[in-house]
Amino acid sequence: MPPEPGLCFAASFAPALLDPARSTPELVTGPNGKAADRRYDVYRNNVTVSLIDALAAIYPAVQRITGTDFFRAMARFHVRSNPPTSPLLFEYGRDFPEFIETYEHAQDMPWLADVARLERAWLDAYHAADAAPLSPARLAAVMPDRLADLVFIPHPAARCLRSDYAAVTIFAANRGDAPVTRIDASTPEDALITRGEFDVAVRRLPPGGAAFARHLLSGRPLGEAAAAALEAASEFDIAANIAGLIEAGAFTSLCCGDPS
Amino acid sequence: MSTITPTPPAALPLRFATPIGGVAGTSFKPEHLPAILEAKNRRGFFEVHAENYMGAGGPPHRALEAIRRDHPLSLHGVCMSIGGPRPLDKAHLARFRSLVARYQPALVSEHLAWSTHETSFFNDLLPLPYTAATLACVCDHIDQVQEAIRRPLLLENPSTYLAFRESSMRETEFIRAVAERTGCGLLLDVNNVFVSATNHGYSALDYLADFPLSRVEEIHLAGHAEQADDEGDLLLIDSHDGPVTDAVWKLYDIVIRRRGPVPTLIEWDSKIPDWPVLQAEAAAAQAILDRHHSAVPAGERHAA
Repeated sequence: MPPEPGLCFAASFAPALLDPARSTPELVTGPNGKAADRRYDVYRNNVTVSLIDALAAIYPAVQRITGTDFFRAMARFHVRSNPPTSPLLFEYGRDFPEFIETYEHAQDMPWLADVARLERAWLDAYHAADAAPLSPARLAAVMPDRLADLVFIPHPAARCLRSDYAAVTIFAANRGDAPVTRIDASTPEDALITRGEFDVAVRRLPPGGAAFARHLLSGRPLGEAAAAALEAASEFDIAANIAGLIEAGAFTSLCCGDPS
Repeated sequence: MSTITPTPPAALPLRFATPIGGVAGTSFKPEHLPAILEAKNRRGFFEVHAENYMGAGGPPHRALEAIRRDHPLSLHGVCMSIGGPRPLDKAHLARFRSLVARYQPALVSEHLAWSTHETSFFNDLLPLPYTAATLACVCDHIDQVQEAIRRPLLLENPSTYLAFRESSMRETEFIRAVAERTGCGLLLDVNNVFVSATNHGYSALDYLADFPLSRVEEIHLAGHAEQADDEGDLLLIDSHDGPVTDAVWKLYDIVIRRRGPVPTLIEWDSKIPDWPVLQAEAAAAQAILDRHHSAVPAGERHAA
């Protein structure tokens, strides 16, 4: 629906905000006939810088790895081509990992997009709904013959990510200020992201652990998840892994059969 | 992920009286939480940007619950886009309403500005022309917000860097008409008055003389930065990144003397200092509020 007459100002004012090739909109002016170019540039600058800052706040490890100048140049391209569509900035940048994958100057860091995916998942876990985690006693009370049919209800913060690179180690080493030692980026790593009462925790999963966690988090029964994990890694320890997932707070409840 | 499950109001006893009166407060920054919780029985209120607490759960809500238990809260919306021509975002309005219901803030405010156009959110408080058409649109949006939250909204005057050729009303005239038509209250940002007056070459005192002070229920004070316009003249930027300037303190003193004490916020949103520095700014505002404690509110002066 086009705006009513007299309400076209936003359509004229907005397009140049993120497009430096466009000139200052005709409808604005300085006082007493003064020019408005530098005045309009204040808005251009506020918009661009605040959105780059928003990406930097969501992706601090990526920024530390690339350095601030590299990061801000890369983020500026993304901000201009993909501005936020939600007023909630903590929802912004979901397509930034894909952008990093195609960014010409990041091609020698093929693991960088996965580090970004971990940071995005970290923030989603941080803002996820509150829910009390499953008590380990609940699993202990289940009769052994019902275990294979057991279905777990995922905690709203729980996520599992897979990477062909050492994304978890690189992520963990770059989220703080401590010096980073040399990391072999070529080792594939899978991550479990959970949130306890306060803090988000990122854990590296053992071989088979991602297949196991992904089946359980998507509501598949324990027997099916165990089979998938064993197929991925024959040495997979089912008891230790289910205990580990529960301890990490990946679930809120369990039931035998259909989770409804 | 982006919606809030409706939650019953925080079932916590209020340890303060509402309305909160002539009290100074500060922006709440999570990094200050430990220092704030350590200092017991501190007088003052905290203001938060509503959008930062629109996630479903997690640490932001734990922090806000802790703050709200012991202090009056001011909920300050930044992204409603009240001044834009587009219909209000219904989902965003619902989230705003949920926060008001959950945390029962003493003050609820938004901006005379816009930030969304088509599908893009620009994350800035963008200016609007002051015309009969925009006045009707702004009033309609405020009606919708007030209906949703079931209480009056405080509307904040903007800081602006340019003007629209099509504007046919002064900003004070526009704001007065909005307040009269919608019954909303006003949040007077004294720094914004100083910044806009400098940028547009008018007198801040004239602006304040024309501003409907009797409707002001909250005041904002903040720092600004200096740049230059196309002609090399001073252009002030509403940066919220430093202490309140002397000129703004003087204007504030004049406003409080005329209006009487109203809740006053020190806004400091970037280059955030340690808690004692922010606290000292609030104490300076509190001293002015206390000095004019006996002042008669402007709106009641001629009422008797």
